[in-house]
Amino acid sequence: MAQAETPSASEIDRELTMSRAMVEAIAHEMREDEEVFVMGEDVADYGGIFDSTQGLLEEFGHDRIMDVPISETAFMGAGVGAAMQGMRPICELMFADFFGVCMDQLYNNMAKTTYMSGGSVSVPMTVMTAVGGTYNDAAQHSQTLYGTFAHLPGMKVVVPSTAYDAKGLMHTAIRDDDPVVYMFHKRLMGLAWMPAPEGPKTGVPEERYEIPFGEADVKREGEDATVVTLGLHVHRALEAAEGLATDGIDAEVIDLRTLVPLDTETVLESVRKTGRLVVVDEDYHSYGVSGELIARATEGALEDLEAVDRVTAPDTPIPYSRPLENEFQPNTDDIAAAVRSITQ
Amino acid sequence: MYKEMVTARYYEERLQEEYLEGKQPAFDISAGPIPGELHLAAGHEASGAGVCAHLRDSDTVTAPHRPHHVAISKGVDLERMTAEIFGRETGLSKGKGGHMHLYDPEVNFACSGIIAQGCPPAVGAALTAKKRNTDDVAVAFLGEGAISQGAFLESLNLAAVQELPVVFVIEDNDWAISMPKERVTDVEDGSRRAWGFDMHGERVDADDAVTVYEAADDAIGRARDGNGPSVLEVQVHRRMGHFMGDPESYRPEADVERAQRRDCITRMETRLREHGFEESDLEGIREGAHERVDEAIEWAKDQPEPEPEATYEDVFTNSPDSWPDRPSREVTATDGGEE
Repeated sequence: MAQAETPSASEIDRELTMSRAMVEAIAHEMREDEEVFVMGEDVADYGGIFDSTQGLLEEFGHDRIMDVPISETAFMGAGVGAAMQGMRPICELMFADFFGVCMDQLYNNMAKTTYMSGGSVSVPMTVMTAVGGTYNDAAQHSQTLYGTFAHLPGMKVVVPSTAYDAKGLMHTAIRDDDPVVYMFHKRLMGLAWMPAPEGPKTGVPEERYEIPFGEADVKREGEDATVVTLGLHVHRALEAAEGLATDGIDAEVIDLRTLVPLDTETVLESVRKTGRLVVVDEDYHSYGVSGELIARATEGALEDLEAVDRVTAPDTPIPYSRPLENEFQPNTDDIAAAVRSITQ
Repeated sequence: MYKEMVTARYYEERLQEEYLEGKQPAFDISAGPIPGELHLAAGHEASGAGVCAHLRDSDTVTAPHRPHHVAISKGVDLERMTAEIFGRETGLSKGKGGHMHLYDPEVNFACSGIIAQGCPPAVGAALTAKKRNTDDVAVAFLGEGAISQGAFLESLNLAAVQELPVVFVIEDNDWAISMPKERVTDVEDGSRRAWGFDMHGERVDADDAVTVYEAADDAIGRARDGNGPSVLEVQVHRRMGHFMGDPESYRPEADVERAQRRDCITRMETRLREHGFEESDLEGIREGAHERVDEAIEWAKDQPEPEPEATYEDVFTNSPDSWPDRPSREVTATDGGEE
């Protein structure tokens, strides 16, 4: 276990925002390996619209922190070509919503080359992309799309929820020999213009550490119900759990951390203990993460399951106006209500 | 070049024979020793041979869905390529790729089934050469039907602003599946697309390997010397349908006849005779090529098919411990675990 010798978030005094933690990991890997470079829109002089590359230009210069034209097909595909040559590009897709303008390069090229080549060519590339709403940016800039990327085979999918996880998962992503889609929620980054909740800013060790893919994290232990979630909604689920505790309901909160690979076993263990499962997902209701998790629970722990529910975004494009987006977004009360409904 | 051209032509003639076995009388695409679609490049040989004659193993080539002539000219392992086309375990991709998805990292060759898709990765290979400070170049082959694709145009732009050592080779065979060129673009000379990016563009009007060779010398030399990307369009001819089994009912008979008449291999033979080659010399080259192809095909057909379990391998280079990530068929409600 990579974490065994690394102090946990609670043992560290130095707290970082999620974006600083990500940047620290990228900078570390770039110092260690000249073949690591960053390519994307506004990643150099601007420092990344969501601070995901803030400060890297000063240390590494324009040759390794590359601003590119607004043409995702070209630069994502160029990332694939460079990765096929053995380099380790980090390409930023500014908003996950923009995947449509480069998806052919991502799912037909990046994700399938290893398989179509019978394993003779690998694509050690990291795609960073911002996800999530809660700031009224409407239907084309607020999606999470976790399920879309996780559904298509050949790419690993990472969704951190804390600074500690963000750094460890970024190290693992860059060193991984496979394509990794690293989806960070804007609301967790610690941006000056988009206040984050308390949770994501955590202690972060200065040294390098990896968090292995496929290991979910039990962020809160509990006996009465299992809440499985990811990204921003880890914090909403934790808040809901604190509220529920005052009513005597003890909810366990599992942060999936990676969707591919998916840590089914941790979920099943928890469900066998609690007998009740709520899946919370900011992504669309149908054909997504929530359905997948419930299917796995029924496949693996049917006899232990007493009740199941899910709290998701509805199957509508994301609305703009505040009351509409609030209606769309699964919130803390929704989560608490779902847990109550299946524990009573 | 002549050797590569006749090897490619005979290779595809033999593939055609093998492909049609078992597929008649009513055409069944999945029957016979070669399953799936097959796109043959007969009539395109001059471009593959003329361009790749300038390339070494460390240079990168990406080809489209009609890849065999380019692959042969780039030096892709003929035996393993053939085994791949027959879907065998020892194929380049262990039978997972097929003829549209051939990868030979030994000679930096890749191809893909979606038009213009190879352009961005070629730009990435060129970017790598620049970053690593080598004088390697990348060449992306595409058809004239692909020059309307965003991937091509975006790649030109990115290659231009980064001044990358890449050459885009358009093989103009006048047909985008069933659409004649004049109905898909108003620009007769596809290389002029380059001009809009302040990039060098040049067209070779005759499908003549020597003229292609000379034009490619300029383009590849420019890239290798650090003088940036360019576009080279080559007039070729499609001697067959878009894919094997294509009835070509959309295509005027005169166009088919013209393609048959203007054969780049015949043209090359005329040139060689003019330069003093004897008929016996040409015959010797042809025989050598045929022998090599026949051996590759015989070898490939003797190779085993992959085990079904291999389906689950190679999704990742670094597979997660629990991979393949699929529910075990043995799972019961009580034990519930993944093996």
